Amino acid sequence: MADVSIHGLAKSFGPVDILRDINLTVEDGEFVVFVGPSGCGKSTLLRIIAGLESVSAGEIRIGGRRVNELPPADRKIAMVFQSYALYPHMSVYKNMAFGLKFAKTDKAEADRRVRQAAEILKLSALLDRKPRELSGGQRQRVAIGRAIVRKPSVFLFDEPLSNLDAALRVNTRIEIAKLHQELGATMIYVTHDQVEAMTLASKIVVLNHGRIEQVGAPLDLYRRPCNVFVAGFIGSPRMNFIKGEVRGISNQSVTIGFAGAEMKVDLSGKDLAVGDMVTVGIRPEHMAEQGADAIALEGRVDAVERLGEASYVYMKLASQDDVVVRAPGEAHIAAGDLFKAYFSPRSTHVFDAEGRSLRMDVKP
Amino acid sequence: MNRYIRPGRLAVHIALILYTIIAIGPILLIVLNAFKTRRAIFADPLGFPDARTFTTIGFDQVFAKSDFGLYFINSLTITVVSLGLIVLIGAMAAWALTEYRFRGNTLISLYLAIGIMVPIRLGSVSILRMMVELNLVNTLTALILVYVAQGLPLAVLILSEFIQQIPKDLRDAARCDGVSEYRIFGSIILPLIRPAIATVAVFTMVPIWNDLWFPLILSPGDGKQTVTLGVQQFIGQYVTDWNAVLASLTLAIAPILVLYLLFSRYLVRGLTAGAVK
Repeated sequence: MADVSIHGLAKSFGPVDILRDINLTVEDGEFVVFVGPSGCGKSTLLRIIAGLESVSAGEIRIGGRRVNELPPADRKIAMVFQSYALYPHMSVYKNMAFGLKFAKTDKAEADRRVRQAAEILKLSALLDRKPRELSGGQRQRVAIGRAIVRKPSVFLFDEPLSNLDAALRVNTRIEIAKLHQELGATMIYVTHDQVEAMTLASKIVVLNHGRIEQVGAPLDLYRRPCNVFVAGFIGSPRMNFIKGEVRGISNQSVTIGFAGAEMKVDLSGKDLAVGDMVTVGIRPEHMAEQGADAIALEGRVDAVERLGEASYVYMKLASQDDVVVRAPGEAHIAAGDLFKAYFSPRSTHVFDAEGRSLRMDVKP
Repeated sequence: MNRYIRPGRLAVHIALILYTIIAIGPILLIVLNAFKTRRAIFADPLGFPDARTFTTIGFDQVFAKSDFGLYFINSLTITVVSLGLIVLIGAMAAWALTEYRFRGNTLISLYLAIGIMVPIRLGSVSILRMMVELNLVNTLTALILVYVAQGLPLAVLILSEFIQQIPKDLRDAARCDGVSEYRIFGSIILPLIRPAIATVAVFTMVPIWNDLWFPLILSPGDGKQTVTLGVQQFIGQYVTDWNAVLASLTLAIAPILVLYLLFSRYLVRGLTAGAVK
C-alpha cells in the first residue's frame, strides 16, 4: 500500500505545456479521480505517474520513494487502459499471468493469484478464451484482472469505462467501487465523465488546461466550487451562469442585480466595488416552479426535456440569458410558455470578473 | 434459389481466371514436359505424357550428370538463411524506427527507402571487388550477404507499416507488466506481425531462389553453385538437354512451393482483432 505525492510537476512536449505546477497528494487507500475536459492533461498526468511519460520538472513519490527515474515495472503500479490493451494472441489466463512471469513470481503462486482474480471478476469459465472471443465488458474485466494479479500498491485507470455501453458502464462502475472496498488499494482514475467522478471518488481533482483547478471531496466540489470552471463542470445539467453587477455593499452582504432581478447575498464585499461585473451561478436543481421568500426569473420556454423523474426546462430570459430549470417529471410546461423559476439567494454562487468564487466558505 | 451474378463480379472472375491460366501455364508446361521423351517434347509440347511418351530420363540425367543434391542444398541454405536474417533484422529495425524517437531516425528511414529505389545489381562490379578483397568469392556467405542487403529495405518498409498498426497501449501495458523491451519485441510484436512476416518472406524468398545473376558472378564454382546456376550446364551452345533442364526446373519449383504454402497460411489478416475495441 502506498501514497502518491506529486510536487511541482510540469510536462511539456516541445514548446507546448501540457501540465504546469501540479502539486497533489493521494493518501494511502484513497480513490482519486482526475476529471476534466479532453486535452486538459489528465491522461498525461496518469501516464507520468505510471512511468510511461517522463516529466519536464518536479518530483513524484510513491510510498515515500522517489520514482522519477524508475521504469513502470518498478513503481508497483498497475494500469488499466481505455482500450483494454489485452494481448490478442494470448488466452485470458496467459494475459493475466504474463506480467507475473517477469516479476519472478513462482508458478504455483501465479496460478493461485490468476484463479483468485478470475473468481473475483467472474472470469473463471473464460480462462482459455482469446480476447477476441469476449464481449466488451468481459475484456474490461480481464484488463482489471491483469492489474489485480500483480498486487500493485497503486491502481491506475485510464477512462476504463468509455468503451462500454451505458448499462454495462453503470454495472462496471459499481464493480470498480466494490473492488476498491475489497482491496483497499490506492486507486487513481481518469475520466471526462463527471458522473463517474462523483460516484467513485473519495477525492476529485479537477484539471483544466494542464492545471489543477480544485481538489476536494465530490460533495465539496458540488457545494463549494472555487471557480466558474469547476462550477460548470461538476453537476449535470450544467450550472446556469448569468452576468450581474454589484449594486451595493454592506458589512456582511452584497446586493447584486442580474437579469432584471436583484438579490442580497452573504458575501464578503471587501474586494468588490459598486459597479463591478460578477457572474451569478444557479444550479438547475436549485430552481423550482414556486417558492416563498425567493427570487424569480421569468423567461420563455424554448424546449422541455422529459426524463420521467424530472423535466428539464430550457428557457430564455428577457436579458437573452439561457437558463435550465429542473422541474418535476409531470410538470405541465410546453415550449412557448412563459415560465417563472424561483430560487433562494442562499443556493446561488457568485464569481468575480476573473471567475473566482466570492463565497466565504470556499477554499481553493 | 435464384442466384443473380452481378456483371462486375463476373468480369473480375474472368480476369482472374485468365490471369491464373497465364501464370500457371508455363509452370504446368515445364512439369508436363519433364516427364516426356525428347521426341515427344518437340512433337507435342502441350500433350500429357502417356504410356508411350512417359520417361524419367531427364531426372536420371540430372542426378547422374550433375551434383544436383548439392546445388539444391546450396540454394536452400542461401534462401532460408537470408530469409531468416532479413525477417529478424528487418523486424528489429522496423520496431526501432517506429517505436523510438532518436537522432538520425529519419535519416536511416530515408537511407532504407533509397535501397528500394536503386537496384542492387547496379553495384555488381563493386560488390564483386569487395567480395574478392574479403576472400568471399565462391562462398555461400557472399550470396547471403548480398541477398540480405537486397531484401532488407522492403522488409523494413512493410514491417514498419504493420508495427505502426499495433495499438500503442499494448506496448505500454507490457511495460507496466515489467516486460523488457526485448521481450516486448519477441513476445508481443513478433507474434502480432506474423501476417506481415509471411508477406515479406514470400516477397523476398522467390527472387532469391530464382536469382541467376549473383550466383553467376559471385560463386560460380567450387561446388557452391545454386540450382538455377546448375541448370545452366544442361543448356549448351549447340546442344541443350531439354529433358534434364525441364526435370531440374521441376525439382527447383518444389521447395519454393512448399515454403510458399507454409507462409501463405499466415497471409491472413485480422490477427490483432480483440486486442482493443
